[in-house]
Amino acid sequence: MPAKPRPDIKQLKKKALQVRKDILTMLEKAGSGHTGGSLSLVEILLSLYHYKVRHNPKAPDWPDRDKVVLSKGHGCPALYAVLSDCGYFPREELWTLRKLGSRLQGHPQLGLPGIEISSGSLGQGLSIADGMAFANKIDGKGSKIYCIMGDGETNEGQIWEAAMTAAHYKLDNVCGIVDFNKMQIDGFCCDVKNLEPYAKKWQDFGWHAIEVDGHDLERLMDALDEADEVKYKPQIIIAHTVKGKGVSFIENQVKWHGIAPKKEELERALKELDT
Amino acid sequence: MGEIKLKPTRDGAGEAMAELGRKNKSVLVLSADLTDSTRAGWFKKEFPDRFIGFGVAEQDMFGTAAGLALSGKIPFACTFGVFASGRAWDQIRVSIAYMNLGVKIIGTHGGLTVGEDGATHQALDEIALMRILPNMTVVVPADAIEAYKATMQAAEIKGPVYIRLGRNPAPILTKKEDPFRIGKAILYQDGKDVTIIACGHSLYEAELAKEKLKVEGIDARIINLHTPKPLDKDLLLKAARETGALVTVEEHTVFGGMGSAVCEFISEMYPVPIKMVGIKDRFGESGTPTELLKRFNLMAEDIVKAVHEALKHKKKR
Repeated sequence: MPAKPRPDIKQLKKKALQVRKDILTMLEKAGSGHTGGSLSLVEILLSLYHYKVRHNPKAPDWPDRDKVVLSKGHGCPALYAVLSDCGYFPREELWTLRKLGSRLQGHPQLGLPGIEISSGSLGQGLSIADGMAFANKIDGKGSKIYCIMGDGETNEGQIWEAAMTAAHYKLDNVCGIVDFNKMQIDGFCCDVKNLEPYAKKWQDFGWHAIEVDGHDLERLMDALDEADEVKYKPQIIIAHTVKGKGVSFIENQVKWHGIAPKKEELERALKELDT
Repeated sequence: MGEIKLKPTRDGAGEAMAELGRKNKSVLVLSADLTDSTRAGWFKKEFPDRFIGFGVAEQDMFGTAAGLALSGKIPFACTFGVFASGRAWDQIRVSIAYMNLGVKIIGTHGGLTVGEDGATHQALDEIALMRILPNMTVVVPADAIEAYKATMQAAEIKGPVYIRLGRNPAPILTKKEDPFRIGKAILYQDGKDVTIIACGHSLYEAELAKEKLKVEGIDARIINLHTPKPLDKDLLLKAARETGALVTVEEHTVFGGMGSAVCEFISEMYPVPIKMVGIKDRFGESGTPTELLKRFNLMAEDIVKAVHEALKHKKKR
């Protein structure tokens, strides 16, 4: 695969800021939703959609596209903001999040351009990604499937069933990305159910594991490039992130998993992001 | 009824999957370690490159099937009915039915006639579990010939399809040339006094019941309701109007199955007395198929009793 030129990092950082503002604004307007795990996803999504993934917002169903499967469906505000910015649907639609009749459902639903799967019940996306990867292999397509999971989500047994399947069938066209923000609804992952040694778990399941700072755009792009070089093995990028990244009073707060900012909190957050 | 030939319905589905493999390159067969039992192995033998084995991992199998369907494939995912509908219910709900994906679910070993393996392996509630899912089609073929036709037709349906199949050899009741359409119930035998509505293996018992009833001077109609969802409303309404009493028969719990589907519809549209022959509020157990059908009151004589009850109420009207 020919190397793609890297996007301008300054521009991309600007985008990250705008996406964070959009996420917070969407959630405030919706009055509910998942703030922490959306903010932690921003750089992961930008490194995919603005660098690695071959896609065409004008032809979302282009058969040879790479696919991004958001298994941690509750992070969808981040995905919606990035997709809309790419041109998949009008920006105004962002403000309909979670409203009756909106294509921006509380958890992603097939039908909104750019959305590859309906998700929300955790643990199901990696199997679906495997299925897409099998189809690509059968059809001789070189395109790749990226599956974004939450760290808490990997408590689910189905993830490990799918991990074994991908390794057994040498699905090197599957790349998993874990948004490893160290928290889940009930608290810190290490207190709820210890995941460590995490990279080793994936390696023991037959995956090529890469650990990276999940907010460093350059390193994320490096990791995605490294994954492309791996043959006969699926790859997992363990992206170390901060839950609620970018807003001081939201960062690393368990309670911000499943709540939206109120009006004054939004104003504070936007002001902080601008400075 | 003449000489009866026996064949398991799972064999009909197995032959159809292999035939679909020959006809359509998009067809894949997936299996969760029960490859011979589900007859998925017949496809695997001819098309190893389009067969995917998962080991004992039903949830992963159905999720992968969803990914294949999203990529334009027609996956047939095979396992026992209990493991498909129970173990992987949420995967079927969210990853398949919610997205209305064309995954075909081959659920074998349905009903009590699984026999000696006992309660954990007897699917007695999967018609209910699958029927309540939006977008899902549920088919319960009466014999191996219908199972073949249902499996062939399932490949042409856009959304998900669940096909309930049996393990044991079951009487061949239909002919190759008989018309069969998923969603179109069959007026199996005409009659005017009462209608027995059956699906799957129970169609045979219904036929035996009709003969017993004939001796008593009762003329029973039999409907083969091979598709509990979507219901063939016209044929059911006609039966309610013309015969005034219904009896449903299925190798399944009376909660939520084919009989319940009939009750839901008839009670709203044209209420007539209905008696349900099926498994009451209990689990299965080990035994031979015949012993179990007797113990759980699913035999022809139980249908006859239910007909008497239904007719009693009909007369009161």
